[in-house]
Amino acid sequence: MTPVTQAPVPARVVLNQADIDRALTRIAHEILEANKGSQDLVLLGIPRRGYPLAVRLAQKIAAADPAVDASAIVGQLDVTMFRDDLSSQPTRPPHHTQLPLTGIDNKVVVLIDDVLYSGRTIRAALDALVDLGRPRIVRLAVLIDRGHRELPIRADHVGKNLPTSSAEKVRVRLEETDAVDGQAVNEVVIEGGA
Amino acid sequence: MKHLLSTEDLSLANAVRILDTAEEMSTVGEREVKKLPALRGRTVVNLFFEDSTRTRISFEAAAKRLSADVINFAAKGSSVSKGESLKDTAQTLSAMGADAVVIRHWASGAPHRLAATDWIDAAVINAGDGTHEHPTQALLDAFTMRRHWTRLSGLPSTGADLRGMRVAIAGDVLHSRVARSNVWLLRTLGADVTLVAPPTLLPIGVEQWPCSISYDMDETLEKGVDAVMMLRVQGERMNASFFPSTREYSRRWGFDDNRLRALDRLGLKDTIIMHPGPMNRGLEISAAAADSPRSTVLAQVKNGVSIRMAALYLLLSGDTREPATTLKESN
Repeated sequence: MTPVTQAPVPARVVLNQADIDRALTRIAHEILEANKGSQDLVLLGIPRRGYPLAVRLAQKIAAADPAVDASAIVGQLDVTMFRDDLSSQPTRPPHHTQLPLTGIDNKVVVLIDDVLYSGRTIRAALDALVDLGRPRIVRLAVLIDRGHRELPIRADHVGKNLPTSSAEKVRVRLEETDAVDGQAVNEVVIEGGA
Repeated sequence: MKHLLSTEDLSLANAVRILDTAEEMSTVGEREVKKLPALRGRTVVNLFFEDSTRTRISFEAAAKRLSADVINFAAKGSSVSKGESLKDTAQTLSAMGADAVVIRHWASGAPHRLAATDWIDAAVINAGDGTHEHPTQALLDAFTMRRHWTRLSGLPSTGADLRGMRVAIAGDVLHSRVARSNVWLLRTLGADVTLVAPPTLLPIGVEQWPCSISYDMDETLEKGVDAVMMLRVQGERMNASFFPSTREYSRRWGFDDNRLRALDRLGLKDTIIMHPGPMNRGLEISAAAADSPRSTVLAQVKNGVSIRMAALYLLLSGDTREPATTLKESN
């Protein structure tokens, strides 16, 4: 007798390429507005998908303010070594940390990640940041906020609030990190759930 | 990976993974806070049955940079000198809650024994066993070579192997665990290895090793090499007449000033000179060679801390209760 399996729930696309682009454009302007300009801005993306988002945001900020050099304000912040689940998860190889040449001391650092879920990655990122320097202000921008926070952490800039059940998976696919068979994809999909 | 016992059974993927992780670890030394919290609350025991300065200090520095607690254990002045067996020592450490044991032992195979038995439930890292293996030394040598090799080709070092690199390992191969570990690892990484030694200092069965053999240092240099690794003449293991005199050894097998000049003459401007240390200056390597810009001796020591951080992190950070599978994506 074959076991009865649940019918797979098809993946739903919740944001397509144009949606992601519009959300990032809005976040870029929100960052500039909250900072009252582009002075002292540093965008730090959290690997893997936070970094390409940070690069895209920097380009949009540079497009809005010609005084900004996009590549000079972007960096990558690896949080692997600061996670609180290192001893309960399979080993994760660390990613690269690369700060802008100006450093982060007395800067306005905007942390950028693709999905805000439990908040534990951001907690790790705040710890990692402390070991690298002392920013004046730290803000948080995410493409998707799916709820289910486990820590008192809140995003300053959100691309889209996505109410989800914790049985579902939110997948962000970006052309920089997730090219499928050489096919560039930019989308956010929800998989699984009942 | 549960243990790091030898490079012979280390797969290419795992070797590159250790080297890549070490690449990230090496940036910690340049940061404001030179410490990572990854191994907080873990205990690493340095179990040294043989004298060592740099390996023990290197492991200690690596463990401390990862916030682990370090217990140093030297056989001298311990219960081992009262006749305690390896098993009892291991079980004592186990009862004290060691998460990793870094072991150096004069007997080949002691780390394997420790890992294969149920004496202790901890990750075992081989820090040199007899004349068998010294895997972290080979990994730090490969790391040093990979940085040099990729800098020459202008490629990023992350993910790279050593395909096409010509490496000569010269000196006392017979007693050298460093040479053995390097031969296996460099083969895995795709480098061409030539052992250069007097026939008396080559082990029986060396022709089966995945490398070529030469008895002539100058001939090997003339064929062209990208890295020359000099091995220490191990005075403490010289229990027979392996060569007539130290002066003859130095002239025929040592890296002296003439051979340093020969590298320039042969147009090998990018060849590096390596030595695992401690050096016998004037015997296997001349002072001019050891202090020349080609020498990577100090870089090797520096890279050793990064490699050992990578090894400790990869062995100790994961959930060891179940085999590591694919990386879970998390948000």
